Amino acid sequence: MKEFLEGSLAVGEIIRLCKPGVISAYPITPQTHIVEELATMVCEGKLNSQFVNVESEHSAASVVLGAVATGVRVYTATSSQGLLYMAEVLFNIAGMRLPVVMTCANRAISAPINIWNDQQDSVSMRDTGWVQLFAEDIQEAADFHLIAYKLAEDKSVMLPVMVCMDGFILTHGIETVDMPSQEQVDKFLPAYKPLYKLDTENPISMGLLADPDYYMETRYALQETHKDVLNLIPKITADFAKVFGRAYNGLVEEYYTKDAERVIVAMGSVCGTIKEVVDELRAKGKKVGLLKITSYRPFPAQAIYEALKNTPKVAVMDRAVSLGSFAPLYSEIKAVFCSKKKKPQVISSFVVGLGGRDITKDSIKEVFRLLTAKELAGEFIDLKPELLKESYE
Amino acid sequence: MSNHFLSPGHTACAGCGQSLAARLVIDASGPNTIVVNNTGCLEVFSTKYPETAWEVPWIHSLFENAAAVASGVESALRYLGKKDGINVIAQGGDGSTADIGLQALSGMLERGHDILYVCYDNEAYMNTGVQRSGLTPFNTNTSTSPVTNSSSGNIRPKKPMPEIANAHGIAYVATASAGFAQDIQRKVKKAMSIKGPKYMQIHVPCPLGWRYGPELTFEVAKLAVDTGLYPLIEYENGKLTGVRQIQPKPVEEYLKAQGRFKHLLNNPEEIKKIQAIADANIEKYNLRVVKPEGN
Repeated sequence: MKEFLEGSLAVGEIIRLCKPGVISAYPITPQTHIVEELATMVCEGKLNSQFVNVESEHSAASVVLGAVATGVRVYTATSSQGLLYMAEVLFNIAGMRLPVVMTCANRAISAPINIWNDQQDSVSMRDTGWVQLFAEDIQEAADFHLIAYKLAEDKSVMLPVMVCMDGFILTHGIETVDMPSQEQVDKFLPAYKPLYKLDTENPISMGLLADPDYYMETRYALQETHKDVLNLIPKITADFAKVFGRAYNGLVEEYYTKDAERVIVAMGSVCGTIKEVVDELRAKGKKVGLLKITSYRPFPAQAIYEALKNTPKVAVMDRAVSLGSFAPLYSEIKAVFCSKKKKPQVISSFVVGLGGRDITKDSIKEVFRLLTAKELAGEFIDLKPELLKESYE
Repeated sequence: MSNHFLSPGHTACAGCGQSLAARLVIDASGPNTIVVNNTGCLEVFSTKYPETAWEVPWIHSLFENAAAVASGVESALRYLGKKDGINVIAQGGDGSTADIGLQALSGMLERGHDILYVCYDNEAYMNTGVQRSGLTPFNTNTSTSPVTNSSSGNIRPKKPMPEIANAHGIAYVATASAGFAQDIQRKVKKAMSIKGPKYMQIHVPCPLGWRYGPELTFEVAKLAVDTGLYPLIEYENGKLTGVRQIQPKPVEEYLKAQGRFKHLLNNPEEIKKIQAIADANIEKYNLRVVKPEGN
């Protein structure tokens, strides 16, 4: 049923339909509306779940770790500093092969403290072992949580999944969303049947010490599973399309890339704005396109290669930085084409929209304008030069 | 399979007070128990892959989050309708309890989860090489509170963890000692008969970190209690209801048995300060027996 919904409420309703037995979260803007919605549902009896109000994000992640290890579907959500505070537990959840699903309402990282959107938080957690799916709009944000549970709990996967949605833009934005029925969700996502759990009838030990004779294989196994996930995501999205009628590639989305001379690569809500600019420029006869990365982890290198191997000029837009080096998404797109014969002549890097600076259609046109034969290795868009002159000396 | 729920064959040091106490705790709680362990000696010596000493469901996540992970386990059991009949124990050493894990523990106590938290207090970070913790006693020689010409060891007294736990308004708080096995088991059973959060702190001598012979663990543990330096107490609903009364021995008897206090033996001024700590405990908890035993 189509409803006009705030992104957080859409996600809250989807999580209700997924029936998590334990939810735990700690307040941080802009994630709060999601968990407030869930807490209200639990209190009103609309959701049978244990809602654990914890004293920190570290404990929120630890509570869902303990609950999922006991054989129960779980949910948590956070943002920014909260995600960083969880970092230690995030690595642990993935290493212990526990299928936690969480929402990251993407927000900038302090200092300076800033509650607005960029993607530095989840991008900084790229090495934790979590699958990361980036949503473009509220419909995707809602749908990706269903895909996340299905993927995480697959017995061949058993990995945590983070659904990344741009803070405020998607969490507080309002759009028309096609919300599924409980019957549809139950059909797509049956009750969680754990592969292993803490059970007094069949006692096992979890989280053991692995010395140099054993540790490395556990990391290798995680890496291999991420490769398997790349093959599994398209199968799950195909199942999803059968039940819900919406088709996602799940790894990348190509928008007018086939004959494009210039393509922007990006993640998240900015892709909607880029599509508008592509439409406008196409109407003027410009051969431009967009490659949207949906699955940031695992990184769909082959799909990216196929999409861009014949594109002359590629611009990678990062909403995050890797201070002291190349922008994170850019360096990986470059790596895809390392030692390949077919590749773009130019792959340029643009850093955009940090700390909630608006990325307007003009910002995107500026990126296309700067995408010339001269390769740029980290061009900041929409900087204010007058602010750069400030000094203590 | 042994007759215990923490089986022998693990890699704890000879004379380890913690392995002894942990076995007493889990045996008292029984097979219908899920154990959540902080990182530390106990976790390392009992669960080196591919082996485990635990005959009950057991999970370790991180150094400081056992109380939070246990909160998740307990919430999941509640959701499944299985909480009645299953005990949940969260446990760790003094560092993971009183220092890095204090926030998670406080959250667990405040939220009212039906969990017994057990702190095995060996009074320093033993697993990493005897660094001082918030539960290291005054004047203790550790690798990060070393004795020098201008220092006689750790400059602060023990953090009052039982009182901190008690201040959360929980139904049961107790201290115990590896020197008094039956007392540990009685307290665990009592704790498990009470719904809600419970806190137990067990004094567990460490031959390696305290520098005494491994055959002396019981004696050292008992001396800590008998000098008044480690009072055995119970709080129920905030009221002091149980005290092990003693005929106090001078603290020197306890100190001279251990290398970590060796530097104090020719320093009566510093020993006086430690005697004052014991005297304060004796007065605060009314530890002194009124009628001497056997006379």
